[in-house]
Amino acid sequence: FSSSEYRISSDGKAAKFQPPPKPVIIDKQKQREERRFLSPEFIPPRGRTDPLKFFLERKDMIQRRKVFNIPEFYVGSILAVTTADPYANEKANRFVGICIQRGGKGLGATFVLRNVIEDQGVEICYELYNPRIQAIEVLKLEKRLDDNLLYLRDALPEYSTFDVNMKPVTHLDYEDIPVNKLQVRMKPKPWSKRWERPKYNIKGIKFELPEKKMKEAEKWRQPWLEFDMLREYDTSKIEEKIWKEVSEELKK
Amino acid sequence: MAVMNRRLGLSLSQLSRTVIQRHFSITGACRAIQKLTRVRVVDNSALGNTPYHRPPKCIHVYNKTGVGKVGDTILLAIKGEKKKALIVGHKMPGAPMTPRFDSNNVVLIEDNGNPVGTRIKTPIPYILRQREGEFSKVLAIAHNFV
Repeated sequence: FSSSEYRISSDGKAAKFQPPPKPVIIDKQKQREERRFLSPEFIPPRGRTDPLKFFLERKDMIQRRKVFNIPEFYVGSILAVTTADPYANEKANRFVGICIQRGGKGLGATFVLRNVIEDQGVEICYELYNPRIQAIEVLKLEKRLDDNLLYLRDALPEYSTFDVNMKPVTHLDYEDIPVNKLQVRMKPKPWSKRWERPKYNIKGIKFELPEKKMKEAEKWRQPWLEFDMLREYDTSKIEEKIWKEVSEELKK
Repeated sequence: MAVMNRRLGLSLSQLSRTVIQRHFSITGACRAIQKLTRVRVVDNSALGNTPYHRPPKCIHVYNKTGVGKVGDTILLAIKGEKKKALIVGHKMPGAPMTPRFDSNNVVLIEDNGNPVGTRIKTPIPYILRQREGEFSKVLAIAHNFV
């Protein structure tokens, strides 16, 4: 007995039985494990300090992370931070801004948020492990072309203005972090730093300077630094070890 | 003759570049406020907002050190007059968790502490609230806090 004769198809003839397509199972667990994010403050700096110091600091950092959730974010993501302030009304102070720099290692790790409020540029340097911080919310998770966006101080204010009441943009767990390839337009020179010089290696500025100035800036290029072996610091193995340590401790 | 033309050409291009006006102080590495720093008056007083060919400058800081931070009083020279002012924000990075502004902001004040203007639109740091006794009137006219 086959029901193919009774099947009504668009042709009018008896359609062959087509099995339904197999469901594609995206193993999200596997993909999540593939993408590991280790916060940069866990990686110890190069030096002759006793690794015990970093181990003890990491213990304290993990302890704090168990109590308070510090989300994954990069330079260029928009965050909202609520801090406890005795002088603020309702004792809590909320600041929204774009992360322009992540500095410091260990418990003293900081990140600087920038926003333009009422035509006034404001930057606040927050300490990640400061107990005064009550909540860190990532409103938009994204990366930029550069490691630090200090040049936003000399860019047109529209690139640093973010709505204080903006809604968080949802980011799915297994997707890659989007890279915003925005090229920022600058205010007329003079700038706080000569961003066109190759030592800053900035890719996120649309330089509208004349060719002569760009050529003159190339005079300060130091191409031998890239091959300097004494400056090499390969963190891949250290990262692996610390990642295992941190993820095991956090699962407990 | 060609040398003269070249010199003229250079000065003309320089002239075309100097037409750009700025409202904030222009020096590169500006830090906290001391004598001769150009400041920006942020309240809506007439003295602070009327244009003058010289920017308001600090001529004295009422402090043991000559460096003024947020909450210090300074003496300002505006439009040929001397006026006291309160610092509400500077370009120098302070303690962590405190805001750093992109310009040196100042609010005009009388000798008894009364503000000259009636409204402050720019954000003011919350730390000024600590000295509620001295600056209560200035904090009352502030609208935004950071």
